[in-house]
Amino acid sequence: MNLTFHNKSITGILTVLPVNEVKFEDEIENYNFSVAKSLKLKMAMGYNKHRIVKDGVTISDLCVFGLNYLFDKELLLKEDIDALILVTQSPEYFMPPTSNVIQGKLGLKQDMICMDINQGCAGFEIGLFQAFMLLDQDEINKVILLNADTLSQKVSKRDRNSNPLIGDGASITIVEKSEKPNTIYANIKMDGSAFDALIIPAGGFKTPSTAETALMVEDSAGNFRSLDNLVMKGDDVFNFVQREVPPMIDDLLLKAGVEKQAVDYYMFHQPNKFMLNKLADKLKIPREKMPSNIVENFGNSSGVSIPTAISYNLGERLMKESLLICLAGFGVGLTWASLLLQMEYLKFNEIIDF
Amino acid sequence: MKQQIINILQEIRPEFDFSQEINFIEEGMLDSFDVVSLVTTLEDRYGISIDGMDILPENFGTVDSIEKLLIKNGVKK
Repeated sequence: MNLTFHNKSITGILTVLPVNEVKFEDEIENYNFSVAKSLKLKMAMGYNKHRIVKDGVTISDLCVFGLNYLFDKELLLKEDIDALILVTQSPEYFMPPTSNVIQGKLGLKQDMICMDINQGCAGFEIGLFQAFMLLDQDEINKVILLNADTLSQKVSKRDRNSNPLIGDGASITIVEKSEKPNTIYANIKMDGSAFDALIIPAGGFKTPSTAETALMVEDSAGNFRSLDNLVMKGDDVFNFVQREVPPMIDDLLLKAGVEKQAVDYYMFHQPNKFMLNKLADKLKIPREKMPSNIVENFGNSSGVSIPTAISYNLGERLMKESLLICLAGFGVGLTWASLLLQMEYLKFNEIIDF
Repeated sequence: MKQQIINILQEIRPEFDFSQEINFIEEGMLDSFDVVSLVTTLEDRYGISIDGMDILPENFGTVDSIEKLLIKNGVKK
């Protein structure tokens, strides 16, 4: 499905990462890797270190910390917030929405909208789509998009498919009406027939958590995990990404009438370095235009990975320049989405530690 | 080329004998992480870039299938 949005812009990005850093070497004994294989995978996949929350820290802690940072620095005024969109798969409760919890903790005005969206790897794109649509309302001028996940708490430490890569974090993206006319091109597709390619099987209403669902079981590759843990069919996800993402980007650029080389950066979801390098090669995009350095430095924090990539790689540059950027997210759902937009003169674009 | 491929496989999983005519994936001699290691090693050694769409189990199950993939990528036999 192709989408277009008019006269909207991102005016600031703040990424909040837990200060607790875990190195791949510290957890290597959990996995059945030889030293030689570990070193090889470290290079290829980007296994290195990741940011993980300490026990008891939840997404509202990260989001409230970041928003208070912006209030204190006078980069954002409480009364200007007309909507809080929170995209997460680590909600604090089944009910109420965690966005309402955040609104309450911050003492924001009642005359606003709070909503949670259950999405992951494409959560930045879907959150932006929702923000753009809300901004079509006369009374909504500033939307705060929160992407936040602490999925490390749902990954088995003995799952070498997921644990070395997972990261926690939150991002705060300010989305506003643009004074300068513009058109943002986007597209999105979904395939619910593969809903179990990335899944936490137990813990919801269908399969509530019990002592049985908490039992650790070894899979054919030697990973130990329970039904309460996140499980990923890595091969299926890899093949889905290689099959679906390149034509999606080609289609987006065709609709926008933009040549590949005219795009300054391709800021894609950061599943692992190997997958991103393969995507860049397939799309015939220089690898330096598609940064893949988030997993090795911070871990893959689901919908937070793109804002993290933007803050980490373009930081102050996006506060001084105008760049044409292609965003793409792909994963859980299955969902895949992309956007092409001009990003320029952000008020802030940085990473802070929690 | 076949011997070179066997040597590379042996470097990745020294505990197995890759000169046997069996399917390495089906026999559990190579897992998906080994395939990642194999792809990056082949790319480094032969100066090629293997298409992500070709990173499928059927292309890495035997020495013959790996050789076929290398030839597809322009490596001379």
